[in-house]
Amino acid sequence: MSANTALAEKYRNNFLKEIEEQVEMGDWVKMCMQCGVCSGSCPTNFQSAWEHPPQELFMMIRAGKREEVLTSTSMWNCTSCYNCIVRCPRKLPITHIMHGIAEYAHRIGMAPKMQATRFFSGLFWKNATKTGRVNELKLSMGLYFKDGFAQGVKNGMAMQSVALGLVKAGRLNVMELFGGHKCKDQKGIQAMLKKAYEIERNRKAAKMAG
Amino acid sequence: MAKHEYAFYPGCSSQKGASASNYLTSVEAMCKTLDVKITEIPDWNCCGASIGYAEAGELPRHVMNARNFALSEKNLPGKEIVATCAACWLGARETRERLSHSDTLMNDTREALKEAGLTINEMPNIRHMVEVLIEDIGFDEMKKHVVRPLEGVKIAGYVGCQTNRPFGVDGESFENPQYLDKMVEMVGAQSIPEYEQKVTCCGGALAFSEPEKAQAQIKDIVESAYDHGAEMIVTPCPLCQANVEVYQGQINKRYGTKFDIPVMYYSQLMVVAYGGSAKDAALNGQVIKARRLEEIAAKPVLSRAEGPAKR
Amino acid sequence: MADIKVAAYICKGCGLGDRLDTDALVKIAQKDGKVPLAKSHDFLCNADGVAMIKNDIASEGVTHIMIGACSRRAKTEAFYFPENAVARANLREGVIWIRPDTDEARETTQEMAEDYIRMGCGEVKAMTAPGGNPNTGGSKTMLVVGGGVTGMTTAIEASKTGYPVVLVEKTGALGGWAAKLYKRVPVHEPFKSPADTGVGELVSQVLGDSNIKVYLNATIAKTDGAPGRFVVDVATESGATHTEDIGAIVQATGFTLYDMNKLPELGGGKSPNVVDQAGLEALATAAAAGDGVIRRPSDGQPVKSVVFVQCAGQRDTTGQHLSYCSGYCCNASIKQAMYFKDANPSVDTTIIYTDLRTPGNGEDFYRSAQEKGVIFTKGKVAEVVLNGATSTVKFHDLILDDSNAAVVDVDLVVLATGQVANSGINIDAPAAAAEEAGAEPKVEVKPISILNLTYRQGPDVPQLKQGFTDSHFICFPYETRRTGIYTAGPVRRPMDIAQAREDATGAALKAIQALENAELGRAAHPRSGDLSFPKVRLEGCTQCKRCTVECPFGAIDEDEKRFPVFNESRCRRCGTCMGACPVRVISFENYSVNTVGAQIKAVDIPDEFSEKPRILILACENDAYPALDMAGMSRNEYSAFVRIIPIRCLGSVNTIWITDALNAGYDGVMMMGCKSGDEYQCHFVKGSELGRVRLSKIDDTLKTLNLEKERVRDLEVAITDIERVPEMINKYAAELVAVGPSPFKGF
Repeated sequence: MSANTALAEKYRNNFLKEIEEQVEMGDWVKMCMQCGVCSGSCPTNFQSAWEHPPQELFMMIRAGKREEVLTSTSMWNCTSCYNCIVRCPRKLPITHIMHGIAEYAHRIGMAPKMQATRFFSGLFWKNATKTGRVNELKLSMGLYFKDGFAQGVKNGMAMQSVALGLVKAGRLNVMELFGGHKCKDQKGIQAMLKKAYEIERNRKAAKMAG
Repeated sequence: MAKHEYAFYPGCSSQKGASASNYLTSVEAMCKTLDVKITEIPDWNCCGASIGYAEAGELPRHVMNARNFALSEKNLPGKEIVATCAACWLGARETRERLSHSDTLMNDTREALKEAGLTINEMPNIRHMVEVLIEDIGFDEMKKHVVRPLEGVKIAGYVGCQTNRPFGVDGESFENPQYLDKMVEMVGAQSIPEYEQKVTCCGGALAFSEPEKAQAQIKDIVESAYDHGAEMIVTPCPLCQANVEVYQGQINKRYGTKFDIPVMYYSQLMVVAYGGSAKDAALNGQVIKARRLEEIAAKPVLSRAEGPAKR
Repeated sequence: MADIKVAAYICKGCGLGDRLDTDALVKIAQKDGKVPLAKSHDFLCNADGVAMIKNDIASEGVTHIMIGACSRRAKTEAFYFPENAVARANLREGVIWIRPDTDEARETTQEMAEDYIRMGCGEVKAMTAPGGNPNTGGSKTMLVVGGGVTGMTTAIEASKTGYPVVLVEKTGALGGWAAKLYKRVPVHEPFKSPADTGVGELVSQVLGDSNIKVYLNATIAKTDGAPGRFVVDVATESGATHTEDIGAIVQATGFTLYDMNKLPELGGGKSPNVVDQAGLEALATAAAAGDGVIRRPSDGQPVKSVVFVQCAGQRDTTGQHLSYCSGYCCNASIKQAMYFKDANPSVDTTIIYTDLRTPGNGEDFYRSAQEKGVIFTKGKVAEVVLNGATSTVKFHDLILDDSNAAVVDVDLVVLATGQVANSGINIDAPAAAAEEAGAEPKVEVKPISILNLTYRQGPDVPQLKQGFTDSHFICFPYETRRTGIYTAGPVRRPMDIAQAREDATGAALKAIQALENAELGRAAHPRSGDLSFPKVRLEGCTQCKRCTVECPFGAIDEDEKRFPVFNESRCRRCGTCMGACPVRVISFENYSVNTVGAQIKAVDIPDEFSEKPRILILACENDAYPALDMAGMSRNEYSAFVRIIPIRCLGSVNTIWITDALNAGYDGVMMMGCKSGDEYQCHFVKGSELGRVRLSKIDDTLKTLNLEKERVRDLEVAITDIERVPEMINKYAAELVAVGPSPFKGF
């Protein structure tokens, strides 16, 4: 895309349309009235990492800033506290839109590569859907070792006291590493999810095609 | 037959040896006293939780929850589904709302469920255990069973996010829900209605992926409980419980604080107040021990003549 | 003057009998008040009490009545004796309710009550019962100037209520601005799409109404007279003049769009593809007549991208353009964006705003536009750069704080320029022009008078600084400063059709009230129904013209010898003329230099060793006096050393009262009037301001008397100052202790 075309795209509706078609609840973005209550209600907005609070992301979408939005770490800071949802005077499902934009960025490979929450989110879903139930130990281990073995050991050591406390309280079972909780009908679950992905993919593709 | 019967959705964290196993133990004891029968949905699966969003997509997430609905309908027909975990309740309820409002989503879901040999005919009601307590049992009835009031214990009611937003408990405000304070009073303890961090987010899954951010929030939650003179914190949510309890040591290191406050489930308070043992209340499941509750649990119950009659 | 017989009645109800020695009050009325007939009653406002008074009027020949009971603002129906002069001593709200019920307070509370009885007796003897204005006219015809939505609505409403209407429209057709609109902002559920203007129906309703006489291509050549008896010359295109007898006038002359040629940086006047909102309406109307596609004016290509620039030349802080928000333009741009989206959803429509203001049900309309895909961008447009047929709109994105934001390849730019009132000649302009003498001369078309009033103060109704007609914005929005002349619609303030129609209905009803009151010789608001009117003793007049210049309502003309000519029906009875008159020849039957002077003199002034100072409060009856009454109702205590006299307006205060009070040994005088200036709250608009100008010269008087300037205090009091006004009194009382007693005591 040339610089001129990029400029021409700005403040046009193209990216907004893309978001509407591809992002869960994306058709709500246009309904934002820019009051900023969401930004003021977000618990992580008051920490340094929130580059673009929801209000700003919505404006960026309208302004056609595709690259900046989809590569942003901002959506990944969502803690799913739903405060923005209940306070939005326009009733935008902001939490879901944040998740949706993040999911879309992840889907098309634009999300920041080693963003920790992105990594954890994927890990969690895989962990949960593999057997049908979450294996908390494997989940934690997976996270610690995301940056390689050495870092994993370091992370694990840092969390050692926490883990030990849980083990003592009977709330973390080291045996979970070998097997652990699972659903009986894992085959059915896999088949069901495969079908769900297939349907969803087809629907999004159809929308893209117009 | 029990007075109240439900299909029970315990969720991953409540399983044996998992992070909220103490929650389950105390809920079981509590239900026994209140004559509530909860029957686990056979072969239930994970709700996907809100943090699964990167991979979950929309339909797969709803299909996961819908599978539980289908299993409940098949094995426990006509029963409402009760969850103890805030995320399970929220995830299931959200799926219920979305499927009820979109025929396309509903049809797509049925198509996917077919692959697992399941189907949904009726949408089940999804309840959180606190809804069952407040709405189906009622405070008066719950209070009747108190034989060992938690007198003189000051407890901060930490409601957190997901039992409170976006659905919440009927009749409660998002900004200042009161039910947990009422439950604290109900068990004879002293509530702190002015505890201003009662709906602050504990950081959720960020406690794992970006601990420094979550711990900054947890610090506020614990600090304010101390500032209000609380001896312990009570919550209805497994992730809130774990996050607020287990990172206190790390927060102490990071911020130089001296936090050491027990974080309990409402069900644990009730079991002790109902005359249950420390074991019934799963007090051994605390990472930060609730000494005060252990002492009370070791005391004899009020004699039947003084206390309210037990059925 | 006929013989007068004064009677005083002291009420013992509402706790007055318990808190006060009412027998002593009766004696005071007899001895100090010199009232031949003085009685007390357990419950004066009940049927028995009122019957007692009526009986005394009938059998004892009582002409003047002094009632010592509650505030003059209470029980006005019970104590209604239209044939008699009536004074009220405020013993309840003004004495027992603002004083503590304690042994220590009893003496000073009683003294307060006794003074109010003395004052009431003094006042009533200086009064006569008002007889009403004899110089009335009975025309019931309403003149409506302007045939737009406001004017037509006024005419229809007045006609439906049974009053004949003369409607004068300067153009050749009825309809005004609204007739030029393609559609209007919706006023009915679900507020989702532009609606028909409804102008056609209004026009046919007016034309089909035999009670409404319409002059097209006509103007007002002359307006003479007063409410109830206006004589209006209507000049028509042919040159002929028709004279109409008119009872009241509604001016609905509307607005002109702010000239976009003054906004060259936004492309105004530089390209046919930059239009104002009226320009866009014309394009939409033309499109609707054709294939429905709105086209670019320069080359007829379909518009694919349109940008609306809000606040164009409005809310300007540089002093070059309109400083105000016109209020309707956000909704109008939303509507116009829908013209595009409803016809073709793929047209990019962007509204660039700083604050989106959507009054009425505009919030639903706004939401509907968002649903339709209109993009709202919070930003401030810096420049519209023209490149051939398209333009680039450069702006500062206020959310992203991006000062280099731009929309490119824009086919059409619409500037929301706002409303300028068509309010005629600014009669205060000469003064303003003199101030700006050094400034660059502005190229302004000299406005033409609309009403051509023959009034001493000028040919049109007074304006606010932005050119909208002056009105008491909070309490009496349609009132102008010319009695019997009302303004409605955008000439009064910027507004949309819905607001204009509401305005029109309100103004029609006010105009009806005015002409009915005028026929009965009664005042219009805020002294509605008052039968008193200013009387002048011309033999004492020095032709100084202060009254004719100062009257806030232009009621007083001048004859050829420059004597004042009072047009009673134009008068609002504020008494500003009375306050202004240096030789004190102007008075009302029930309110005069003497009625107030008698009260001031009646107060018993203790000597300087008593430690009982006396403070005179002259309190405006519209705001300060009700606030004082309400302070009493709330039992907010204040000093027992004050003596309060209600006045019609600060403007009616004659400085002689202050000099008299200080000479009599009062320690201080508090003036309580409404806020004046641009944000005035005076019910007589200019009264409190004029009063304050006069008071500003009081320092010289104080110097002559060798008194401290703290002895006179000018205070702004609003009706809501229920807590504040007692605090002001107590603070001042404490300050006066520091100043020390007046040296004039005992003379």
